[in-house]
Amino acid sequence: MVEFALPKNSKITGGKTWPKPAGATDVREFRVYRWNPDDGKNPSVDTYYVDTNDCGPMVLDGLIWIKNHIDPSLTFRRSCREGVCGSCAMNIDGQNTLACTRSMHDVKDGAVKINPLPHQPVVKDLVPDLTNFYAQYASVEPWLKTTSPTPQKEWRQSHEDREKLDGLYECILCACCSTSCPSYWWNSDRYLGPAALLQANRWVSDSRDEATGERLDNLEDPFRLYRCHTIMNCAKACPKGLNPAEAIAELKLKMVERQI
Amino acid sequence: MSAADTAKRSMRTPLGRVRNLGAAHSGTSDFWRQRLTAVAMTLLMIPVLVIIMMLLGRNQAGAKQILGSLPVAIIMLLFIIASAWHMKIGMQVVIEDYVHNEKLKLVSIMLNNFFAAAVALASIYAILQLSSGV
Repeated sequence: MVEFALPKNSKITGGKTWPKPAGATDVREFRVYRWNPDDGKNPSVDTYYVDTNDCGPMVLDGLIWIKNHIDPSLTFRRSCREGVCGSCAMNIDGQNTLACTRSMHDVKDGAVKINPLPHQPVVKDLVPDLTNFYAQYASVEPWLKTTSPTPQKEWRQSHEDREKLDGLYECILCACCSTSCPSYWWNSDRYLGPAALLQANRWVSDSRDEATGERLDNLEDPFRLYRCHTIMNCAKACPKGLNPAEAIAELKLKMVERQI
Repeated sequence: MSAADTAKRSMRTPLGRVRNLGAAHSGTSDFWRQRLTAVAMTLLMIPVLVIIMMLLGRNQAGAKQILGSLPVAIIMLLFIIASAWHMKIGMQVVIEDYVHNEKLKLVSIMLNNFFAAAVALASIYAILQLSSGV
């Protein structure tokens, strides 16, 4: 059944408030979810004060500043710091987004509240376990499948056909969309989620691919595809401005098209 | 739930868990029918409202007279079929979304089918009885 309350060991308890940095004139309050698998305690929310004159403008800059200056045990993923790798996806001020592209000044009132991506098992602090998410991506077989003999040079594609991949190929698999989707929260064991389905549509829409029907067969399922009820949380969350809900609607249309 | 808890549940590989029993190769029919019945109900809504307003305040004889007309009876029957079908599919989606216990889900879906069929048949019987004047 749907879980309306957090499990006992996931309930958030009061956290530590770290002292304000000495001599700082402009500080920003950060409230960050903390959980350590090794101490046997429930998660907590720690309060930090970031010296905004000493760090960059993005939320990720603030987190790195905390890690460097206050608490080296704070754990989060980050890599490219420019919205390309998708590592630093987290829930900031109630919305899933990338910490590296969200300015802390965009969080209007009070503290910058940071939690891990919702409804995923937590490895530590802000690091979610995305094993299932990546396995779902693998299940859509995201590579070109052909049976025709491989051409001497490249597989050719018209400009018009290439344009059909716009809005699909840009996905960086940050998981902001899937983890913002209630259908994915309740049924992530069977529903593939917006990210994997957008990627599936990217290969279904590829004019060079020769396994379109097989791909659609693999998706035609009341749970894998049809758990999407088009509530559009995915499109609202996507930090790259993509529209997974539209990609899923295109898949459903193709399903109907080949049947009627 | 921690990552360790998740791993403890099964030793299957993540891809094995995702693939599980494979795709059911169904769902498109229900998706299509849900939209078909929605469009049908939208089109039928105004005539049905007009018929209901005509029936308001009439006695059984008056109702029989109105429903005795073939177009009126057909509109009412189409509306009942579309709405009962739509109700059945919609409720099934809700059950599949929220009920995760397999046995409870099967029983719920079964009861949902029975309920929709009973509502539809009772309504169709009532319309036919009134329209045929039996």
